[in-house]
Amino acid sequence: MRGFTGENVLRYALLLLVLVLTVGPFAWMLSTSLKGSGEDIFTEIPAFLPQQPTLNNYARVADSIPVWSYIANSLIVAAMAVTGNAVGATLAGYALARLRFRGMKLLLGLTLGTLILPGEVTIISQYVTVRGMGLADTLLGVALPGAIAMLNVLLMRTAFAAIPDEMDEAAIIDGADAWQRFVRIGLPNVKGMLSVVVIFSFIGAWDDFLWPLIVLTNPEKYTLTVGLQYLSGAFSSDPRLIAAGTMIAFLPIAVVFGVAQRFFFRGVEEGAIKG
Amino acid sequence: MTRTFQGRFTPWLFAAPGLVWLVVFNLWPAFNTVVLAFTNAKPLGGGHFTGLANLGRALNDDQLATALLNSVIYMLVCLPVLTLLPLLLAVLVEKKLPGITFFRTTFYTPVVASAVVVALIWEWLLEDRGLINGFAQWLGVIAEPLPFLTDRWLLLLSAISLTIWKGMGYYMVIYLSALGNVRRELHEAAAVDGAGAVRRFRSITVPGVRNTMLLVSVLISVSALRVFSELYVLSNGTGGPGGQDMSVVMLIQMYSRGFTGHLGYASMLSLVLFVVTVGPMLLLLRLNRKGA
Repeated sequence: MRGFTGENVLRYALLLLVLVLTVGPFAWMLSTSLKGSGEDIFTEIPAFLPQQPTLNNYARVADSIPVWSYIANSLIVAAMAVTGNAVGATLAGYALARLRFRGMKLLLGLTLGTLILPGEVTIISQYVTVRGMGLADTLLGVALPGAIAMLNVLLMRTAFAAIPDEMDEAAIIDGADAWQRFVRIGLPNVKGMLSVVVIFSFIGAWDDFLWPLIVLTNPEKYTLTVGLQYLSGAFSSDPRLIAAGTMIAFLPIAVVFGVAQRFFFRGVEEGAIKG
Repeated sequence: MTRTFQGRFTPWLFAAPGLVWLVVFNLWPAFNTVVLAFTNAKPLGGGHFTGLANLGRALNDDQLATALLNSVIYMLVCLPVLTLLPLLLAVLVEKKLPGITFFRTTFYTPVVASAVVVALIWEWLLEDRGLINGFAQWLGVIAEPLPFLTDRWLLLLSAISLTIWKGMGYYMVIYLSALGNVRRELHEAAAVDGAGAVRRFRSITVPGVRNTMLLVSVLISVSALRVFSELYVLSNGTGGPGGQDMSVVMLIQMYSRGFTGHLGYASMLSLVLFVVTVGPMLLLLRLNRKGA
């Protein structure tokens, strides 16, 4: 550190300031969700910590709306998105990076081309397609279009392309076919990128709002984000309940990201993530 | 050793699932959007070719004009703020001080939270009886609560602030990745020559990440034009007083549903969205090529 302690003190001061601005709103929501019904949460300066801490608001949310089935619905959609991307994007990425076939360049070009289209532009015809398959108002209909995202195919292709060619050539001489090379050489070398794809497929599916809002009409099939928006309309008189519902949606993602952040920031430092 | 996957169709077996998704859920919807835009398709049937009727309707649609105005304002505010602040933040978290991973992870948390979650949190902070109004009243800065969620312009401003708050960590990480390539020796040499932190930031850091700043500004423009959840949740799905705080995507969503829905017109609005997003993208790519 060469004695630049003054600089470091300033850095920590700024880091703490940004920390308060980032965590503050989450902490405030968590605190509100734990406040008892006897506490005045509407005075000009309410107490920061709950004076009568209680989990009662969480129980009341669960009584009033089917929050457990919303969670189950979101998990089902997220599981399908994770499985589809982990399998489909990995296989396609391998084909584009390591196998030679006619039409490969065209396929790669088309896959890249999809990136200039924001998802919202095609969301209506996506809905028409899903409805045509008889999947309107189903969880499968919510999960299906994103089950193999083209961005993930390209990410996996980049990871597979980084494996040295000599490893494949040696395996070919040993008589290994494409599947054996994929399993023994390919997969062990792309674990980092695969975990990034898995984490972000999960987070993307869990957080998604617009698409399930369009596909789902039956309130019993709502995913958590859609259900939460519905909750906020129904309970606008009691922010404690909205706060509890919000925390139910937020805490699982915070835990998933907290556990998985190592992989993510390792990827960032290796320059794997460029937006 | 069995050699099942040796034939000339093997690559296609690997690519097959991805190829199906490319065609069915990417290429076909892109094509079909253009087709649908010239029909009167409804959520419950319909679907006849209606020529330029939807286009004519779009050109005379006051709500669309308002939505586009909102989008432009959104973009003009987000662009400078989100291009610069996350870069400063990345410079702050770049140095590997003890505990820096904790700060980086925490600063990224608003990005992984759902926009619905973030909007509900800010709704509670911004409402008439919320913390921000309460605090300002306690300080005596204002006598009456400011209508952050019910005034046409304040609601737009609230949504913009929320987008900025939620987006900071995302662009910070992109910059962090780019800062790794700025050569450390340049900073050290400049420091020895007596250049201050501001000077070094302007003459070394900014030129070093110039291309990334361009990329980030493209991403910001496009995502500002695509805004939906923030405005939808903050306005409880109404689009603000008189629907004046709608975005183009909110209009698309509105026309996708129910008895009053019109999928054909929603597709025309999607084409409008495509035209406005592809504009800044191509412009900036061109600038980028000239600069390089």
